[in-house]
Amino acid sequence: MKARLKSYAGFGLVPALSILLALLVASVLIIASGLFGPEKKVDLLLPLVAYRSLLVGAFGSFKGIANMIVAATPLMLTGLAVGVGLKAGLFNIGATGQVLMGGFTAALVGVVVAGAPPWIAIPVAMLAGMLAGALAGFIPGFLKAYTGAHEVVTTIMLNALAQLTVSGLVNDVFRAPGFSFARTPPVGNAALTGVGGTTLHVGVIFAFVCIPISYWLLWRTTVGFEIRAVGANPTAALYAGMKPRRMMILTMSLCGAFAGLAGAVEILRLGYYPAVFGTSIGFDGITVALLGQANPVGILLSALLLGAMRAGAPLMQIQARVPVEIIDVIQGVILIFLAAEIVVRRIFRLRTEGVGAGELQTITRTYGEKVVGG
Amino acid sequence: MSVEQPSPPRLQMRGITKRYPGVIANNRIDLDVKAGEIHALLGENGAGKTTLMNVLFGLAHPDEGEILIDGNPVRIADPADAISRGIGMVHQHFMLIPVLTVAENILLGAETMANPIFLDRNEARRRIIELGKRFGFEIDPDARVETLSVGWQQRVEILKALYRQARILVLDEPTAVLTPQETVEVFAVFRRLAAEGHSIIFISHKLYEVLEIADRITVIRRGEVVGTRQPAQTNEDDLAELMVGRRVKLAVDRGTSHPSEPVLTVENLRVRSDRGQDVVRGVSFNVRAGEILGIAGVAGNGQDELVEAITGLRRSIGGMAHLAGQNITGWSVRERREHGLGYVPGDRQKYGLILGFPISDNLILTRYYNSPFARGIQREDAAIEKWAQGTIEEFDIRTPSWAVPAGTLSGGNQQKVIVAREFSRDLKALVLDQPTRGLDVGSIEFIHKQAIRKRDAGTGILLVSAELDEILELSDRIAVMYRGEIVAIVDGPTANKEEIGLLMATGGRVPAEGPPPGMSGQAGAATDMPVKGATS
Repeated sequence: MKARLKSYAGFGLVPALSILLALLVASVLIIASGLFGPEKKVDLLLPLVAYRSLLVGAFGSFKGIANMIVAATPLMLTGLAVGVGLKAGLFNIGATGQVLMGGFTAALVGVVVAGAPPWIAIPVAMLAGMLAGALAGFIPGFLKAYTGAHEVVTTIMLNALAQLTVSGLVNDVFRAPGFSFARTPPVGNAALTGVGGTTLHVGVIFAFVCIPISYWLLWRTTVGFEIRAVGANPTAALYAGMKPRRMMILTMSLCGAFAGLAGAVEILRLGYYPAVFGTSIGFDGITVALLGQANPVGILLSALLLGAMRAGAPLMQIQARVPVEIIDVIQGVILIFLAAEIVVRRIFRLRTEGVGAGELQTITRTYGEKVVGG
Repeated sequence: MSVEQPSPPRLQMRGITKRYPGVIANNRIDLDVKAGEIHALLGENGAGKTTLMNVLFGLAHPDEGEILIDGNPVRIADPADAISRGIGMVHQHFMLIPVLTVAENILLGAETMANPIFLDRNEARRRIIELGKRFGFEIDPDARVETLSVGWQQRVEILKALYRQARILVLDEPTAVLTPQETVEVFAVFRRLAAEGHSIIFISHKLYEVLEIADRITVIRRGEVVGTRQPAQTNEDDLAELMVGRRVKLAVDRGTSHPSEPVLTVENLRVRSDRGQDVVRGVSFNVRAGEILGIAGVAGNGQDELVEAITGLRRSIGGMAHLAGQNITGWSVRERREHGLGYVPGDRQKYGLILGFPISDNLILTRYYNSPFARGIQREDAAIEKWAQGTIEEFDIRTPSWAVPAGTLSGGNQQKVIVAREFSRDLKALVLDQPTRGLDVGSIEFIHKQAIRKRDAGTGILLVSAELDEILELSDRIAVMYRGEIVAIVDGPTANKEEIGLLMATGGRVPAEGPPPGMSGQAGAATDMPVKGATS
């Protein structure tokens, strides 16, 4: 137990330092942004003002906290969609496509159950979205296991496929009559409406339940042991009598299910599927998963962090006149530092043997390696 | 080199101390190497040889002590600094780029320029050829490295160091990757280098090699020098004792075996390699309960594929395998395991262990889903921990805790984890593939003892090893494998080493008349071959 605790101490070090560095880099940009503001001057304290209003915006009121949790909800799910895959040695770039498939299916099923009481309509629509996402994840998993097609390539292509197919269907087959723009009909009682005057909705519960379930699955079950074994050393997994191919398909389907659920949450919150559902939560999931070191608890914390930045950004724009886009910059720079872990370790003179380095290796591992049998 | 000169030794390391958190890797080590001397550094895995050489090569910095080259104190900052001071290092794993030529690999990082922009390839080629000639291994500088054998690749590494004008050459277990023939050749190169005044530090844990090649032998144990010997004044037993710190039985006491019914039977088994070649061509034998059947053969004669087919990792294309009377052909890895087949794989890091996982997880890697380690799909961590603690103690795995990653263990202890996992359950048959490759004498002794114990408990053991000495030492019967066939099965205790060596090299026939590859279906190859002693 002692050894395990010890490894946790070093666990969040690189992510934390990456965040710190990203905030420093963003500070420079925030100072520079002052030059283009109405006063056209260099204000060295501007970053502090901006970050303070960011914090106040997210944590200063109950509404802010609610906004933070609501923004973090889909990120938690897409974070799991990427993170659980990394544990199995798979890099799921397809969360975006899986989100779209899940959201679209939830919207369609939502229409069907629109008249049912909410406690039936919501779970049914969510489950439908989850299943659609799982199917969208199954395809690249199957292709990887039986043809060796790399999941990065196939999921990128499937993202485009999902995007075009869904928007084609919304514009044509499933277009609701009586609206000036293309969209699906309202989901009625399946909609996730805010409670108590905040944006909080019951979909949040689903995400918060998925975190402990994932943790339990990965670390406390034999299935999770197999997933991690296949990810860490597929040949040893084969030697141990596991079935790496099956685990790849299972894991990708599971990842798809998480992403599909994320899509369902976002669409049911909106109440319908719009002609263009532009969302970055699929790709944000990559940042969340890496920042959380592919660990469910880490993913929870990272999603809350990014959620807080999203929730606090409007106040930052009002008080500090710093554009909300700076949040995307911070997120991007965090990702760069995480990917270039070695840079962070150099800057802070950390020793190189890192925990969680295995997950990053998944991304840099050579393409076209042969999939072992089973 | 025997001429005593008044000048100081080429290299002196004085009182080198290097501490890592929790361990003293080197404790006041003194080492001096003369010009023209081959100095062997002998020690078990983890004794501190590599740390000492890393200090010399600038990869680690000593906490105390000093290094003198030709009597002048130096501080070696990094490898580039070490190279500029004439120190060359040949790592066990080659640092070559396979798709580049010999000359390109050698030039990398030590470019010979014709002008500030272009390389002077002709001058480089000329120097490479000249160096090769001088030391007795002429090499084509334009050959692509990937086309060279391992032995020649190693010579490219040596040339790389010589090209950079190294006068002190460090070779980290250079023979570990070589065949016996290549070892003889590379030793000739070493002697030539020494005769030209180069100093060679030769790291090894193979006692007979060290005795053969070294002028002096320094033995390191637990970070300290425990003695320096000259080959004439010592022998293998003495060195082993120095290395391990107690008397070691180099030859295991194997007693007599009491074989009974066959437990693992292979009939006319045929297997293809990844490249689609028939590499196991009609192999038949049986292993009886309570005996060790050794498979001798030069590496690459189909042993790997045979083992994979028996353990279920690879599908056979013909023939049958039986385990304790049941036809297991076509069974999965797991079904075979569950019916009493154990397997210690040849490549422990690729197959045997998940290096990033704790020792406890590695100890249950093949049984994680069984009671008491799991109930339903839920892991029983308390049971896993308890069992791991007991097993670590029983098999003497040296580790601070069951929770540390297997990758942090020394090679010998990693192998002990695998042996503990496979040996600690009831088995009908057990496949041992290269069970002691790369291990030190202490670990070898331990694993051999365990194998004999398992045999005496009634398990049938199939031992595959590239070390003929290991086969001879342990096997009750020896099968010789040559070009995918068993060409002879002989009695173990009375086997003649030279005879088996000859069978391994030629298959017992005129070499040129070996059947062409692809000619398969030679049914019952084992039965119509020269057979001596007990037959299957």
